[in-house]
Amino acid sequence: MDNETIASLVKNNFPEAVTGSEIFRNELTLIVKKEYIPEIARFLKENKELDFDFLSDLCGVDRVETDGVFEVVYHLYSIYKNHRVRLKSPITSNDPCISTVTGIWNTANWHEREAYDMYGIKFDGHPDLRKILTPDDFEGHPLRKDYPVDGRQPATLREIYRKDEA
Amino acid sequence: MGLESHLGDNILTTTLDTLVNWARKSSLWPMPFGLACCAIEMMAAVAPRYDLARFGAEVFRFSPRQSDLMIVAGTLTYKMASVARRIYDQMPEPKWVIAMGACAISGGVFNTYSVVQGLDQVIPVDVYLPGCPPRPEALIHAIMEIQKKIEKESVLNKITVNPGDKLKTEGTVLKVPNTDFNI
Repeated sequence: MDNETIASLVKNNFPEAVTGSEIFRNELTLIVKKEYIPEIARFLKENKELDFDFLSDLCGVDRVETDGVFEVVYHLYSIYKNHRVRLKSPITSNDPCISTVTGIWNTANWHEREAYDMYGIKFDGHPDLRKILTPDDFEGHPLRKDYPVDGRQPATLREIYRKDEA
Repeated sequence: MGLESHLGDNILTTTLDTLVNWARKSSLWPMPFGLACCAIEMMAAVAPRYDLARFGAEVFRFSPRQSDLMIVAGTLTYKMASVARRIYDQMPEPKWVIAMGACAISGGVFNTYSVVQGLDQVIPVDVYLPGCPPRPEALIHAIMEIQKKIEKESVLNKITVNPGDKLKTEGTVLKVPNTDFNI
């Protein structure tokens, strides 16, 4: 199915949810309101024509400085139909939260944990929303633009090695 | 094997240090701690082309309790630092450490929040091996430097202490400075 058909199919079924779409280098991107993400995700997966059975990536983006939002990006692929779509969903930066899609694609579990760890985006309904990459005592979300690049937290090291230091 | 016919029934005399150090340096058992691409070069060093066995150090043990040379090959992150320290602590004395590659020496290009800026912040290092990654020949050279170091050691006087340790010698308490590892 070509990009225009996919775009019109989604827009016709969710006229209020899709706020924009773009085709760049033959790749379709749909901008979606965050409230509609679970519905649209389920539609994309379960519609027989679309059949997006594979969530190839889910990640966060920090656009707070330019647009005042975080963004969650979903890359979808259909193994049987061999077509792709990208969903982008902006969420407000003061309370970044969005519904989980783990019930639709199981693989979203760890992807959402990573986005939570790196950007502090909360995924409502996630079965096990723990940090996945940073050490347990790490504070903050290191991929946010306001986190310093060399913001090491050496308390961790001191615990390993220099606890007896006077 | 020929040697007997030259020496016959004889006695050789030497010092204990020479004998023990010869034994130690001729059969180093490395503990591979591969963290990144440097570990690939470390594997190549053991493979037939470079053949680390020629220097008696080919028996890679994946158990710290059976090894005496820790080769930290690659980028050490804060999350991995506690593991590196625990493995080092589990190795029996005497033990030596090679920091292999730019990342293990200094953090390399990764001047970021997650990377430890030098293995020596966590465990004492004997040989720093630069390169990104170092070639297998360089690792062999580093191991030969360790062998030279072992030759100069004294079996009886080697005490390893950690920074911050308090040592008692005849009534006075010495505090080990935080930068030195061996006395």
